[in-house]
Amino acid sequence: MASGARREVLGRIRAALADRPSPEPVVRDYDTCRAVDDAVGLFAERVADYRATVTWVGAGELPAAIAAALRARSARAMLGPPDLPGDWRVPDVEWHLDEPPLVVERLDSCDGVLTGCAIAISETGTIVLDAGATQGRRVLTLVPDYHLCVVGADQVVVSVPEALARLDPVRPLTFISGPSATSDIELDRVEGVHGPRTLDVLLVPTAGT
Amino acid sequence: MGTGGVTWLGTPAFPEAARAALSDTQLRANLHKATSTIRGKRAGAVAELPDWERLRRAGEAIKDDVLAQLDGYLEQLEAAVTARGGVVHWARDADEANAIVLRLAREAGTDEVVKVKSLATDEIELNEALAAGGVPAVETDLAELIVQLGRDRPSHLLVPAIHRNRAEIRDLFRREMPDAPADLSDEPRALAEAARAHLRRKFLSARVAVSGANFAVADTGSIVVVESEGNGRMCLTLPQTLITVMGVEKLVPSWRDLEVFLQLLPRSSTAERMNPYTSIWTGVTPGDGPREFHLVLLDNGRTDTLADAVGRQALRCIRCSACLNVCPVYERTGGQAYGSVYPGPIGAILSPQLLGDFHDEQAASLPYASSLCGACFEVCPVRIDIPEVLVHLRGKAVEAKGSRSPEALAMSALGWVMAGPRRFEAAQRLGGLAGAVGGGTIHRLPWPGSKWTAARDAPAPAREPFRAWWRRTRG
Amino acid sequence: MRVALFVTCLADTFFPGTGRAVVELLERLGCDVDFPMAQTCCGQLHGNTGYRQHAVSLARRHKGIFAGYDAVVVPSGSCAAQVREMHPGMVGDTHGAMAGAMVAPTYELSEFLVDALGLTDVGAYFPHRVTYHPTCHSLRLLQVGDKPLRLLRAVRGLELVDLPGAEECCGFGGTFAIKNAEVSTAMLADKMRCVQDTGAEVVTAGDSSCLMHIGGGLSRLRAGVAPVHLAEILASTEEAPWAPAA
Repeated sequence: MASGARREVLGRIRAALADRPSPEPVVRDYDTCRAVDDAVGLFAERVADYRATVTWVGAGELPAAIAAALRARSARAMLGPPDLPGDWRVPDVEWHLDEPPLVVERLDSCDGVLTGCAIAISETGTIVLDAGATQGRRVLTLVPDYHLCVVGADQVVVSVPEALARLDPVRPLTFISGPSATSDIELDRVEGVHGPRTLDVLLVPTAGT
Repeated sequence: MGTGGVTWLGTPAFPEAARAALSDTQLRANLHKATSTIRGKRAGAVAELPDWERLRRAGEAIKDDVLAQLDGYLEQLEAAVTARGGVVHWARDADEANAIVLRLAREAGTDEVVKVKSLATDEIELNEALAAGGVPAVETDLAELIVQLGRDRPSHLLVPAIHRNRAEIRDLFRREMPDAPADLSDEPRALAEAARAHLRRKFLSARVAVSGANFAVADTGSIVVVESEGNGRMCLTLPQTLITVMGVEKLVPSWRDLEVFLQLLPRSSTAERMNPYTSIWTGVTPGDGPREFHLVLLDNGRTDTLADAVGRQALRCIRCSACLNVCPVYERTGGQAYGSVYPGPIGAILSPQLLGDFHDEQAASLPYASSLCGACFEVCPVRIDIPEVLVHLRGKAVEAKGSRSPEALAMSALGWVMAGPRRFEAAQRLGGLAGAVGGGTIHRLPWPGSKWTAARDAPAPAREPFRAWWRRTRG
Repeated sequence: MRVALFVTCLADTFFPGTGRAVVELLERLGCDVDFPMAQTCCGQLHGNTGYRQHAVSLARRHKGIFAGYDAVVVPSGSCAAQVREMHPGMVGDTHGAMAGAMVAPTYELSEFLVDALGLTDVGAYFPHRVTYHPTCHSLRLLQVGDKPLRLLRAVRGLELVDLPGAEECCGFGGTFAIKNAEVSTAMLADKMRCVQDTGAEVVTAGDSSCLMHIGGGLSRLRAGVAPVHLAEILASTEEAPWAPAA
């Protein structure tokens, strides 16, 4: 039966296209990249537009910045991907790394999660996670109510086309633009529904630090 | 021809349904507020991109290419999804798609599924089919939840509960949501919080999720879901089994094409530079997310739509709802008057085509639910010429009605008059005589002119038509 | 310049003053105006209601009648759009022989004045407070932009006031006004409120049809705002000023 449906749907499509439509070729004359004076500054501004906080952090100051952020959010039990760098695991915080994979109850009972990211997009204020280095699997950044994300200035691209060109489509990808939100009441955006309600971004000079 | 669900059984033809909506003052106020807010925001979000028009043209061309080679792209998608551990199913119609989803849910041993907002599953009335099969579905999108709790119908593509304001939603939550706080306020933030608490346990324990898809990438097999609240991410990553139902047209050929649509969609839809969350996955990723992924490819009238050379452009639609938000008719009647899960201008061309029956009085009335003002085409991110398709489908409605209807006879008579200047002039003289009796302004005309004069005066034909003046002074 | 006037069936029958105004205006500006007597209707009403066959015959007729002029001028954005945007597809696909015939360019009045004649000041005088409604087809199909406004701003004595929500449809839409009379009326109500809020004595537009709709509503309310076609304002001079129809 299933293969019957497949055959029939494909057959209907071929019959429907009996007039052999020959559409206009796709012209990609839109901007694939755009010159911006300060791509990282624009990223910071646009992330902040979505009520996420952005903190600039100098080289070597990251652990102190992480500690300060966690203190400010009263986050004592934190999640992290298995490869969370040692110096990000600041003291006086209970760290739960996702190895072996944590059960969902544990994810739900922690105050927040600390990760890096794959890339970030200035124009849209977006962070992209691809389950790669310092990110872990997707649920880690979903279940806890607080996400602290470290973004390297060298990970920031200006436009959406530049971002897609750098990503591997078959990895599980999550584009995050601010904390979870809804426009479902009177088409007006309010932040904070099912995903993390608080997003803090720490901007460091290079991701590999 | 099982196309159940595209239009709702028992909905009257548009003019009658609209009449009821027009007298609902609360609805009018809610819609006016919501649509005027989003119109201004969309204009701002679009103005930020200097290449917007070029993106629209690229979006149009990519989607036209998809439609022109749909069979090949679907086979490509199927191969790519299968290669990455997914299972692809094909469904000719709503019943077939519903049966597949119900079977998969039962096989996964669940007694409930969580759902991400999906128009395709609303179209096939999947929730009703699942409930009848003993596996109820829980809507997790805030607006869908509002509709589900209120046993209501959706009225907007993006915000199905747009017809409800904050006070109405608070009252509904207090009434229908057992765990809602007794002192729940009507602040949107508090309402969102109540929904979060209500759904939290469901998410964390769900075994099966059902979603739609915004895009599927043929060459990589990647599926894209664009959302705001995080309920989508919950459904797409927590359960062991994920079932995605998608119309056969929702493809893009290659990964790169997403660079166009991930710009067009959020700005057209919620007027954001980017929506809060976009999830992209390809088949199954061991150790991350569902262990089983099923993709159901749905026809349900789409191939019939594809067969119409003018009407097929409706299949370019990416469901952004910009056309609803700018439509002066939608703004005043709301979505339910269209009697379909697809309301507004796009619904007026999509629903009757998916249904494929212009003898159905309600469906045949939809292409007339427009003044042809063209605001919809102006904002459509994939440049669907909605007025063109409306007029084309009116032709089909006229054909179905036959040449003996009073309107067809009147149109033929008018066509005969206009076929020659002498006939036209004779008709003007006749009218002028009537005008000479009645004076310059007519307050009351017989049917169907009475529909005009119910609220508007009408001019009487001039005593000296222009051509008579021309002949007298210049001829 | 030899110019043919396509007056439109509506203006011909109901609003001959608009046609006379176009003739007087164009003659004043030095054009040689002709009115081909064989003209009737462009077929828009049929076409937009779904009666394509009738619309195609009328389109074909129209094309034959207006061949051989330097330009065709229409005091209607909607009918100009029908001729320019819709006729080629209709006439072309059913009547191959006609497709190649020499066709004069069709202009909506404000386009003709600004683009073809290069004028914005046509020497008009109209001492009234006026608001302008940009009709949907002028705005979106023809994209006349601010041409009518530029013409109005150059009229002596005229006080131009912005219309709030100007780009919103008035709810006419041809047979839409009958088939969906209630929705049409709801749209009209908002348009009339905006017109009245301006305090204008005159509402003008480039389409007799939309003006018939807005004016019909205002007249029913005894609102004291006169609908006057753009052509009549531009034809009005100090020597021969516009006067309300008797």
